[in-house]
Amino acid sequence: MTLDQLRPGSECRIRKLSARDRLGQRLLDMGVFPGLRLKVVRNAPLDDPMEVEIEGCFISLRHEEARFVEVECRENR
Amino acid sequence: MKTDKLLVALAGQPNCGKSTVFNALTGASQHVANYPGVTVDKMTGWYKQNGHKVEVVDLPGTYSLTSYSPEERVSRDFILHEKPSVAINVMDASNLKRCLNLTFQLLEMEIPVVLNLNMMDVVEKRGMTIDAEKLSRRLGIPVVPTVMKKGQGKQDLIDAVAAAAGGENGARGARVDYAEMEPFVRRISEKLASQTSLAVNYPVRWAAIKLMEGDSEVQRLMRESHSDPESFLSFVDSQRRDFEIVHRESPEMHIAHCRYQTADDISRFCAQIKADARAPLSDRIDRIVCHRFLGPVVLVAVIWLLYYLSIVQGYNFTNYTWPLLAKIRSLAEALTPQPGFIEIPLMRAFVLWFVDSVNALLNYIPIFFILFSLIAILEDSGYMPRMAFIMDRLFSRYGLHGQSTLPMVLGGIYVGGCAVPGVMSCRGIPDERSRLATILIIPMLNCLAKVPLYVLLINIYFAAYKAWAMFFISTISMLMVLPVSKLLTLTVLKDKETAPFVMEMPPYHLPTLRGVLGRAVERVWLFVRKITTIVAAVAVVIFVLLQFPGISDQRMVYYQSEKDKVAATFIKKIQRTPYADQLGEENLMDLVLYWDAYKGAKMGARGKAAVAEVNAEFKSRNPTFFTIAQPGKDKVAKKVNRAFKKLFKSRKRLLREMRKERIDNSFLGRLGRWLEPATQFAGFNWRVNVALLSAFAAKESSVATLGALYEQEEEGEALEQRMARGESGFTPLHALALMLFMVLYPPCLATSIAVKLQSGSVKWMLFSMGYPMVLGLTVATGIFTCGSALGLSGLQAMAAFYGLALVVTVGMGFIKDKSQYV
Repeated sequence: MTLDQLRPGSECRIRKLSARDRLGQRLLDMGVFPGLRLKVVRNAPLDDPMEVEIEGCFISLRHEEARFVEVECRENR
Repeated sequence: MKTDKLLVALAGQPNCGKSTVFNALTGASQHVANYPGVTVDKMTGWYKQNGHKVEVVDLPGTYSLTSYSPEERVSRDFILHEKPSVAINVMDASNLKRCLNLTFQLLEMEIPVVLNLNMMDVVEKRGMTIDAEKLSRRLGIPVVPTVMKKGQGKQDLIDAVAAAAGGENGARGARVDYAEMEPFVRRISEKLASQTSLAVNYPVRWAAIKLMEGDSEVQRLMRESHSDPESFLSFVDSQRRDFEIVHRESPEMHIAHCRYQTADDISRFCAQIKADARAPLSDRIDRIVCHRFLGPVVLVAVIWLLYYLSIVQGYNFTNYTWPLLAKIRSLAEALTPQPGFIEIPLMRAFVLWFVDSVNALLNYIPIFFILFSLIAILEDSGYMPRMAFIMDRLFSRYGLHGQSTLPMVLGGIYVGGCAVPGVMSCRGIPDERSRLATILIIPMLNCLAKVPLYVLLINIYFAAYKAWAMFFISTISMLMVLPVSKLLTLTVLKDKETAPFVMEMPPYHLPTLRGVLGRAVERVWLFVRKITTIVAAVAVVIFVLLQFPGISDQRMVYYQSEKDKVAATFIKKIQRTPYADQLGEENLMDLVLYWDAYKGAKMGARGKAAVAEVNAEFKSRNPTFFTIAQPGKDKVAKKVNRAFKKLFKSRKRLLREMRKERIDNSFLGRLGRWLEPATQFAGFNWRVNVALLSAFAAKESSVATLGALYEQEEEGEALEQRMARGESGFTPLHALALMLFMVLYPPCLATSIAVKLQSGSVKWMLFSMGYPMVLGLTVATGIFTCGSALGLSGLQAMAAFYGLALVVTVGMGFIKDKSQYV
């Protein structure tokens, strides 16, 4: 499952980043690390981008970018 | 201290309070420049310590030091090539763990680092504790906690910098242990040390790590410094591949992970941090500000307030500042040679033109000051990322960026912006392609200076449908901007660097008065320095184009004879009065100037007392002239007064005719005529061409030039009537074509300069001037030719065009631009 499929309110664990280079580095800089827990806070008024919380930091990213973040949810919504 | 002058670099992540630290250290002694080749601001300032000058360079805020963005490249190159004595690593202490990422990278570059734990007050407020002593021991570098906002700890930081600069050079700080990757790094390091001279100038371990990361800039460095770069780089590649196969993790991911682990260890060791570190207040604010329905409402309210305070209130402010500028003008009037009856000395004409051009721009200063202050508040408060968050979906479809919102608002999304601050505020857009697209389309928005022409044309040709026509023109610019931006993105900007949107939503901050005002002053000053000087220079060129070659000698003889006739009539009329022997051909001009001055002084006088004062002054200056100007009940004087008024009017007419002839005859006028064969399909005759050409200097000029070209027949006749009469063949369709051309009009001079500053190249400036002309002429020609062929009325053509633009805009939004994430 990838991050872009999650709805606001859902929580998950980051499994893997499938992006490299620019986007991959940027995600890492922002603290999107495999193994960390992540919470989808909200979608923007026009649905895109989305805002997520990782370890107390709030990050916004486009769904297109979230496709490259593989996640696993323990509870299925 | 070893040297007389210390160079200190200020590095830190975005939103860490770095600019506060910079301001606190350097005070007012700062200046802005650009790093060569990129449009990243280079802020330099200095402070004195024990009589030594310490130069501080504020590097752009970055999360990392890779080669993926211009900001990071610039910061990295500065550290590598300028070799600052010390780097101050400013850090948002409440965000210790994530900020350490940058610290490690600085340490790997083997320069002395002083860690500045800023915003310690926030740490306390959230009930966290950080042991600076422990952190310093663990990292092996000095750590200085500060609350720079209040100036706390500033001296400690200055002392620590001095001590660090005096200490041993080289790596003292802690290293991140890359575990399984260490052997790989060692192998590459050894090769680097033995096979290249790199070690002289660069930290070898750093280069090796970067090569493992696959950093393109360091690869390029290898190509320059290695004797056999290809075999070396293929060795590096094999190392990277080997690592990935064995450890099932990309080297860059591994590196990031090790840094993260180390940072996690350190922050656990030195700090007690609550799990939820974000101020809960920010989250509560965001529930409203980013809300599905309330969010856009808040956004519109913010934009409205921005417009209202800067444009509306700013204009009110100019009522107070304009008299100052008017004084400069009257001073110039007084200092230049006085005009003759029909001869205006070239020197006078030039100086007044010059002052008018510069004044027109300086008049915007109050507006800009308010605008820049408000932008600084938006920036400092943390609202900008929210704005981008709300608008990104819409704009990204057209190749723009969420952060294009503010520049577009400033440029005039509806009516009444200004392209100069619009373009200048584009620097915040992190994605180069979107930034260029935004810069290129902003001049098409409805800046204030375009409005007079719209109003003029609508009043003449769409008088019955004013509201509709105004709505059309206010919204059509958006419908042209979006598809054009998409078009540019898919064509000329195709290969430009893009950046991921991913961004932090930082907690809200209360902006400080000092920070806001400081930035506003700095930006206004930049505007005055850069824009005004260049506009002044170009004003000279336009003056020459409008003034020369001037009126032929033959025509001058004609005007001279006209003048003689007018003067003779006047003399004849006053022949039998006692004034006849006091007024002759030779002192007629004195009376004209006296009259002018008197009228001017009376206009400026407020209240009865002031008027009396003016009267007394002019009476004492020349009692005879005064009775003519103010005849009272004196019948004879009244007669002379009437005759003189006629003379005065005739002179005005002559001057106007001459001005018109001069423009007709000027280089610009010839250019307008020369263009007529091409522009006639858009319905523009040469006069319109001249007006449009003069709008290059400033868009307001278009109406002023039209005013000069359509001479007045009766005193006080409005330009609307004059134009309608002067262009009897002009139809609403002509007007529509002209208005659409104005929408797509190339940027004015000041904006062009701003484009050059923000895009960092003359090439883009020229492009931004060229493509709207082609586009504008195409659209105008299209609408005029098709409209004429189909026999559409102006209103029908307007509706048809609007529909078409709407369809194109929506259609363009669906074209997917895949290139970004491949």
